[in-house]
Amino acid sequence: MADRVFMKGTEAIAEAATRAGCRFFAGYPITPQNEIPEYFARRMPEVGGTFVQGESEVASVNMLYGAASTGIRAMSSSSSCGISLYSEGVSYCASARIPMVYVNVQRGGPGIGAIQPAQQDYLQATKASGNGGFRMIVLAPSTVQECVDMTYEAFDLAFRDENPVLVLTDGVMGTMMEPVVLPPMKSDEELKELRDAYKHRAIIGHPLGQQAYCRPGSVGTGQEEVNKEAVKLYATWDKDVRVEEFMMEDAEIVFAAYGISARISRAVIKELRAQGIKAGMIRPITISPFPYETFKNLDFNRVKGILDVEMSIPAQMRWDLDYAIQGACPIKECLRSGGQLLTNDQVMKAAQELIKEVL
Amino acid sequence: MERNIMMAGFGGQGVMTMGKLLAEATSEATDLAVTFFPSYGAAMRGGTANCFVVISDDEIGAPVSYSLEDLIVMNGPSLHAFIDNVKPGGNLFINSTIVTDPIERDDVTVVEAPVTQMAIDMGNERALNIIMLGVYVGFTEAVPEEVIIKGIEHKFEKKPKLIAPNVDAFKKGLEIGKAARK
Repeated sequence: MADRVFMKGTEAIAEAATRAGCRFFAGYPITPQNEIPEYFARRMPEVGGTFVQGESEVASVNMLYGAASTGIRAMSSSSSCGISLYSEGVSYCASARIPMVYVNVQRGGPGIGAIQPAQQDYLQATKASGNGGFRMIVLAPSTVQECVDMTYEAFDLAFRDENPVLVLTDGVMGTMMEPVVLPPMKSDEELKELRDAYKHRAIIGHPLGQQAYCRPGSVGTGQEEVNKEAVKLYATWDKDVRVEEFMMEDAEIVFAAYGISARISRAVIKELRAQGIKAGMIRPITISPFPYETFKNLDFNRVKGILDVEMSIPAQMRWDLDYAIQGACPIKECLRSGGQLLTNDQVMKAAQELIKEVL
Repeated sequence: MERNIMMAGFGGQGVMTMGKLLAEATSEATDLAVTFFPSYGAAMRGGTANCFVVISDDEIGAPVSYSLEDLIVMNGPSLHAFIDNVKPGGNLFINSTIVTDPIERDDVTVVEAPVTQMAIDMGNERALNIIMLGVYVGFTEAVPEEVIIKGIEHKFEKKPKLIAPNVDAFKKGLEIGKAARK
């Protein structure tokens, strides 16, 4: 196929961001996402952009804060323990409503963690990426193609909401290669228009006395205003919930999985269907906002059990599942961590145990 | 139909290149779904290296499998580490120049090719991986041989001198693979 390119997840993310108009990248090396900064280091000069290898994660995220507050499309990437060091900067960007994009290519944890793939940062990504109770849209790709599409779109969402957006992926997707179709390159004219539309907010050298809107925190009643405005934004996200329902029409056994775990689950579900088992999957594509309604509205006369498949020990998405279904059916966990990849066989074994228990 | 392939050997034997060439060529010249996944971490010449390729006419789940249709081993330690991951009825491809231990399974098809020696004899020591890829494609027909030849031409676009010797190496391997089918 002519327009297919065979790309590594990390490099595909960097190219997609470039095509979306990203013209500033700052980051600090960490496995397994080093090909993202490496790619940007080569690519940014070609398109008139800027690449900076910061002296640390803290420096990098603050450079991102500065760059994005000028209305330029800017991003950064790191992995798990590196992302923890972003907390302060991301929280400041959320407070100042800065449209920045960042990517977490997850590895093991807590602490420095194994360098191998994991999904160990779900709760951090969806509930508390920094202090202050802010929220973000968090996109969770399950193929290299989705890594491309979601990174490309992340900038539009960040600018629409004037809020940080996180793409949460993992070391498998970052390291694996898969065919992708790349989106069109945004032209300089398009980018200028997008930046002009952001002028009311950006710090781009306003005359003295004309204050920029950007506010890294407020005193007195200002703080509460900032919090209330943020809540108004979050309330608009019902429309942004994205979820895939796979073979769910008559499913009695429901897999719940996102990202890499979802693609493994999909293969197992097909095997189960071939054996006559009515299995299906609900795959959150946005893990924030989470598709609570999809789970809550399941027909529990039909659905006998949920299999929560995550590359994390302990289970983390489980909290959202419990909140959504309130004990309406049993939930079984199928988990690996520390760089141990889930395989089809392991997921199949867990599914068969659940089937024995509930069917 | 889905094929899960693992390739393993010493760092420096071109294991990653072999996997990437198979996967990239398949992506470029066919409509099949394909993934390439390298082991990563502390790697060095003489250490171990392995990668996974999955080729399928349907969506691919895990890009890593320990239930393999095909295993290619380029050195002894890889044989012992991974032989149990081959499915009954699967195929095992061996670099018989340096892998001389007996195969302790009778439910897999073993294809032997002395690719290290062949590469030396061809005066192209580094081509052992390309010969082995030829053996693999000749035996399994996982993808048409033209797909790989196109892939080699593409890979060496900027070093055209290297195209002919690598296509030769690939064809040498093909012969062995095809002969082993009979």
